[in-house]
Amino acid sequence: MSAPDPWRAGVIAVATLLALPVLTVFSAVFLPVGEVWRHLVETVLADYVVNSLLLMLGVAGGVLSIGVTCAWLTANCHFPGRRLFEWALLLPLAIPAYIIAYTYTGMLDYPGPVQSALRDWFGWGYGDYWFPRIRSLGGAIAMLSLVLYPYVYLLSRAAFLEQSLLALEAGRMLGAGPWARLWRISLPAARPAIIAGLSLALMETLADYGTVQYFGVSTFTTGIFRTWYGLGDSGAAAQLAALMMLFVFALILAERWSRRQARYHAGARTRPLPRKVLTGWRAWLATVACAMPLLLGFVLPVGQLVVWASRTLEATLADPFPRLVLNTLGLAASAALLALLLSLFMAYGRRLRGGAAVTAAVRVAALGYAIPGTVIAVGVMIPFGWLDNTVAAWARDTLGVSTGLLLSGTLFALLFAYMVRFLAVSLQTVEAGLERVKPMMDESARTLGLTPGRVLARVHLPILRGSLLTAILLVFVDVMKELPATLILRPFDFNTLAVRAYELASDERLAEAAGPAIAIVLAGIVPVILLSRSIAQSRGSTTVH
Amino acid sequence: MKSLRNLLALAAIAVAVATPPAFAAEEVNLYSARKEELIKPLLDRFTDATGIEVNLVTGKADALLKRLETEGRNTPADLLVTVDAGRLHRAVVADLLQPVESDVLAERIPSAYRHPENQWFGLSIRSRVMMYAKDRVDPSELSTYEDLADPKWKGRICIRSSSNIYNQSLVASLIAVHGEELTERWAEGLVANMARPPSGGDRDQIKAVAAGQCDVAVANTYYLGTMLTSSDPAQREAAAEVAVFWPNQDGRGAHVNISGAGVTKYARNRDNAVKLLEFLVSDSSQQWYAEANSEYPAVSGVPLSDTLQAWGHFRADDLNLAVLGRNNAAAVKLMDRAGWK
Repeated sequence: MSAPDPWRAGVIAVATLLALPVLTVFSAVFLPVGEVWRHLVETVLADYVVNSLLLMLGVAGGVLSIGVTCAWLTANCHFPGRRLFEWALLLPLAIPAYIIAYTYTGMLDYPGPVQSALRDWFGWGYGDYWFPRIRSLGGAIAMLSLVLYPYVYLLSRAAFLEQSLLALEAGRMLGAGPWARLWRISLPAARPAIIAGLSLALMETLADYGTVQYFGVSTFTTGIFRTWYGLGDSGAAAQLAALMMLFVFALILAERWSRRQARYHAGARTRPLPRKVLTGWRAWLATVACAMPLLLGFVLPVGQLVVWASRTLEATLADPFPRLVLNTLGLAASAALLALLLSLFMAYGRRLRGGAAVTAAVRVAALGYAIPGTVIAVGVMIPFGWLDNTVAAWARDTLGVSTGLLLSGTLFALLFAYMVRFLAVSLQTVEAGLERVKPMMDESARTLGLTPGRVLARVHLPILRGSLLTAILLVFVDVMKELPATLILRPFDFNTLAVRAYELASDERLAEAAGPAIAIVLAGIVPVILLSRSIAQSRGSTTVH
Repeated sequence: MKSLRNLLALAAIAVAVATPPAFAAEEVNLYSARKEELIKPLLDRFTDATGIEVNLVTGKADALLKRLETEGRNTPADLLVTVDAGRLHRAVVADLLQPVESDVLAERIPSAYRHPENQWFGLSIRSRVMMYAKDRVDPSELSTYEDLADPKWKGRICIRSSSNIYNQSLVASLIAVHGEELTERWAEGLVANMARPPSGGDRDQIKAVAAGQCDVAVANTYYLGTMLTSSDPAQREAAAEVAVFWPNQDGRGAHVNISGAGVTKYARNRDNAVKLLEFLVSDSSQQWYAEANSEYPAVSGVPLSDTLQAWGHFRADDLNLAVLGRNNAAAVKLMDRAGWK
């Protein structure tokens, strides 16, 4: 260990670079605490904390119950529609949370068609009847659960599919019934994957701004922007963001601690589990359980978007659509590939070298996912701006040339911000996959004379193919939906579908925004279908020997 | 290490793609908080008329300010466009703008709508007023913003969140007149009169009035204007149910804010930026604001669109708009204390 170690140095270098924006924001904790904080503590801070906690708790319940149930059913049972649900349950992933919030508000709010029809039928007026208020904390929990459950579904389904028949048979021989086998073997064994999915969903929840802002729910995120935009105190806003990061860090540590020494490796060569054939009411119950999230999270909101778009077809078609679609897809694809390479590098470096420093570096680099995109963007702008101006000053003084800004306002800065924000998604997926590969396999391969790079390429990559495709898919869709960082960091005259949809929607022109929103969904569906197909195929080839 | 090589290759491609094209001879670069839809058509006309290319980045005002600030003296931006005076004030305080001496601008824009040292100029005027249900409210019930805190309005008012800049500006203008103490009492009264917790945008408040959830909404007039001319029939129907009430006409006048612009401190295409500003206050541009987005022109004497003419003449508060920026933080704090979500 005395020679310089390229893996370790590389991982720490990349992690430091990616942690730079987060650390920039975090450094605000050293600013003097101003009078603004006293105001926040006296008035609204308690609201921010309580609402954020309730929101996370609610979304956790929502995504776990939907995600794990559907994953288990489609992985282990046969029932009508299973083959459709297998991939279709991923579709809500393509819908940005704030868009689904707009559509449900359009449908269910007081002036909307549902309540208007009720009033017409029964002759009610305002206050004569009770109807759940969509724009509320409960509404925000429902909206976020509907679009975020696919994270849990995707990752836990992968884990269920890879579970060994041997363990379950052992359970049966020891006298465990089907429920006991589910609760004491299947679920605990899938825990790393379920938790990985859950933490992605919760981090995204914490970072959400569009939905809670539209619903008037005061959370940490809305508080950060209120403090920055409204009170004009970007220092205090950064301190709030830092507080939120501490919160996320504590959550991550708590989860790691709760698993402590447990290891989760699947045996490599096992027969796939035979699917249990459900019949009668059980089969229909399974169908309904899988159809509900698909209906509520995709069919209804997209239906509403189509209705809106058809009203404004002319305006939609007049848009420079092809350009927007090309920009969006290009950006999402390059970010997804880049994130995959980085997370493979980091996850593998951690597996190979371990060590506290590498592990800490990897954790810090993944923190960005819980931080609102705008805050990340500011964290990117500050160091990039400093670097650009320093280089420009140096070039002017010594070379007499004007370089202008080299990094700020380029697609490179934007891609960098995406890495900071979304690396966690890719990394979690890759690590969850890698964790299921026994270290023994590494050792055997090394003993047979393969270099670490070869072990990765020849042993791990083929096994991990499903996880890698999942990682690409998740980042791709996330980047396509991403708004705040794209908005601030993009170059001149460069728009994406999300920017376009947001500009119209935030101007409260929902009908006009529906066109680009549908385009986001459509552009997202194609990769979702392609990738879920090839994930399924890769499973088939690695599990059947 | 293959992954590292790929990574470097990808990064190189990204940089190559991202490198800005060789700069055209005549151009001007905009950071705009005005949405693309609401400024691009004017910019295209400018390019047609002068041959000067306009490059645009849109975004939220404070984020654009931050970008301008971190880019420092090398920023490519020549002109900053915002949709409220408070942000222009913030840009002046952060030393991001420069004074512009232009006879055209000084002559056409009334002094209330530009910075005392000409660091920014108002381009269009937006008024925040009451809108009431024609079938349930007698306009004689309405009088002033102050009156909205009266218990007679209990459960009848819809207004959006206090996180919204237009509400912050309105409260900032009340602070300028009444001081913080009285304004806070007023905000408490208003909160007590709300028909529902604040959520959604201005159009949502107008729709809620049309649907009968509340009797009076506080909203910017152009939202009603664009609803009236919307391609969506549901919006037009809702808008037809409500009418505009101009408050405080016997006193200081209705609260107004501006969308405006200032030339950045380190502008490289300063002359082109000034040309663009002058173009934006020409008669035809000013008329466009009214026609496309139902905003009032900043230049007086410009013909109004039919929608605006139908709302009649009104007296506007002539408070210097820089005050709105100065009082903004105080306004947010007192709304926090009053429980205005």
